[in-house]
Amino acid sequence: MSEAKVDPGRRTWIAITCGAGAVGGAAVAVPFISSFAPSERAKAAGAPVQADISGLRPGEKMTVEWRGKPVWIVRRTEEQLASLKLTEPLVADPFSKRNPSELTPEYARNVPRSIKPEVFVAVGICSHLGCSPTDKFNPGPQPSLPDDWHGGFFCPCHGSTFDMAGRVFKNKPAPDNLEVPRHMYLSDTTLLIGEDSKG
Amino acid sequence: MAEFKQAPAGASVAEQAMTWVDNRFPATKMYKEHMSEYYAPKAQNFWYFFGSLALLVLVIQIVTGIFLVMHYKPDAALAFASVEYIMRDVPWGWLIRYMHSTGASAFFIVVYLHMWRGLIYGSYQKPRELIWIFGVAIFLCLMAEAFMGYLLPWGQMSFWGAQVIINLFAAIPFIGPDLALLIRGDYVVGDATLNRFFAFHVIAVPLVLIGLVVAHIIALHEVGSNNPDGIEIKEKKDPKTGIPLDGIPFHPYYTVHDLIGVGVFLMIFSAIVFFAPEMGGYFLEFNNFIPADALKTPAHIAPVWYFTPYYSMLRAVTDQMVYVFVGIVAIAAVLAVLRGRLSGAMKLAVLVSAVVVIALLMAFDAKFWGVVVMGVAVMVLFPLPWLDKSPVKSIRYRPGWNKWLYGIFVVNFLVLGYLGIKPPSDIGTLVSQVGTLFYFGFFLLMPWWSRIGTFKPVPERVTFHAH
Repeated sequence: MSEAKVDPGRRTWIAITCGAGAVGGAAVAVPFISSFAPSERAKAAGAPVQADISGLRPGEKMTVEWRGKPVWIVRRTEEQLASLKLTEPLVADPFSKRNPSELTPEYARNVPRSIKPEVFVAVGICSHLGCSPTDKFNPGPQPSLPDDWHGGFFCPCHGSTFDMAGRVFKNKPAPDNLEVPRHMYLSDTTLLIGEDSKG
Repeated sequence: MAEFKQAPAGASVAEQAMTWVDNRFPATKMYKEHMSEYYAPKAQNFWYFFGSLALLVLVIQIVTGIFLVMHYKPDAALAFASVEYIMRDVPWGWLIRYMHSTGASAFFIVVYLHMWRGLIYGSYQKPRELIWIFGVAIFLCLMAEAFMGYLLPWGQMSFWGAQVIINLFAAIPFIGPDLALLIRGDYVVGDATLNRFFAFHVIAVPLVLIGLVVAHIIALHEVGSNNPDGIEIKEKKDPKTGIPLDGIPFHPYYTVHDLIGVGVFLMIFSAIVFFAPEMGGYFLEFNNFIPADALKTPAHIAPVWYFTPYYSMLRAVTDQMVYVFVGIVAIAAVLAVLRGRLSGAMKLAVLVSAVVVIALLMAFDAKFWGVVVMGVAVMVLFPLPWLDKSPVKSIRYRPGWNKWLYGIFVVNFLVLGYLGIKPPSDIGTLVSQVGTLFYFGFFLLMPWWSRIGTFKPVPERVTFHAH
């Protein structure tokens, strides 16, 4: 066998056959890998949701589900709004400059990151690895938090902290502020989450 | 084709039947190769139980898993209740489920001890590099298997654990978010995720795992087992028979030997299954008895104990830690240029790649580097056979201070594991940062430290005291 002369014509055809086989094999992988992508049903879900905030008193938070994620609505007190001035030098991105198109709609690119200063709407998912932070609205020293705590949110998974506008503190695992979803007021007390005048 | 063998005249029916089979399938040949004429070194100690125990746990997991699948429903609306149904209504279902959940932890205990054995006796060194590589691949598969299996009960820890780990992939620059979407099959962890994890957990990964275990054992039987002295028994053979002088047939000597290990293991295993299946929240976390709730993360989430050392390393990477990495890369590059015996072109290449690495470190978030550190912490095991430059295999003949170093390595790994269970704290982060640096230093500096010191003479034959 090893003594026999190589027939270059046959070699070429073997190479072409192998190449064609490999292309075919790779093509077969496409439908299988594509089947991992979200289905049409999953894509269709995710309609905007309405929230009635008439019963929400200052200092209270309510949670609604939108696209399977928790959306928080917090009616902030005067003190909580005032604390945003104090946390400004401590947070990583005080003016929502990072990834603004994904994280902060233009109407929320202000200090309180909201349409109405007191009503804060945010997706309650930490920008680190997707845990839902817990409320730590009481100021003052407490476990896992700095002694000069002004109130905000604390992620139990990896210790990221956010102020009352969902702005992430410096040198924490989370790189970004909490996402403010597109939202608008249908009336004074009814919010539509997931859609605004621009769609 | 091999020639047909004839059973000797007057052979028993059994012997004739075996000859008939052997002419068609190499049954006797394989039995000899892997059992009765596979010569393993005598004087293998306690640490050598864990290979066969890992195989036993694999069998336990497959058998209990098959029976669990008969009652389990891989549906986000039904999964949690179906597990409770197994626990309460299926006859003996609780036992099968607890065997499976305890088996998962037992698997990691046994495998960690098995890997530790390889580490201290240099079982990964030439000619056993491929055994080690197959082994690390098994470890990776096991991690994937455990992670995906943990989602199936659809409790709070299942859900949020999966949420965190899948989001690790989203941290990869550019392709990350799309990759995470492809893994989840939805915009959030949901029914699609549960269903595909079920498919991977019960079919795909076990098939790969079994294939790797077969490759691991074939490679082992090709080169022969190592021993606590780290010497090659094949170098000293009986001139007449060609059998290694220090070798004894695997069957009956090691089959019986391993049965002792199996007995002790099953005693401990049963004690846990019957008396402490949750193991105080370490084997089955308490929060996982609450159904998954996409709106509320439990106050304290931590992975199951076997992932926590790596999880600590992930948490250790903060912005400041990235600066430490930058410093280390810079120092390493300067040392390579000043002290390394490299050509001018190589030195330039080292400098350029160091600058590129530093630029990348500064360009991407600490979050991404945390994920990289976690991944590399496992991947760094693959090149171990080439990192170790020690002239001897076993810790017995390495310089005395190596024992301390290996001891600190274990303590460090346990401390990292402990910190991974605890809620994040400033001091914990600092300790885990030091621990992470030590872990990587142990492996990445091995080419240098493993040469240093006086090595003791390795004996000609294995150390064996007959009882």
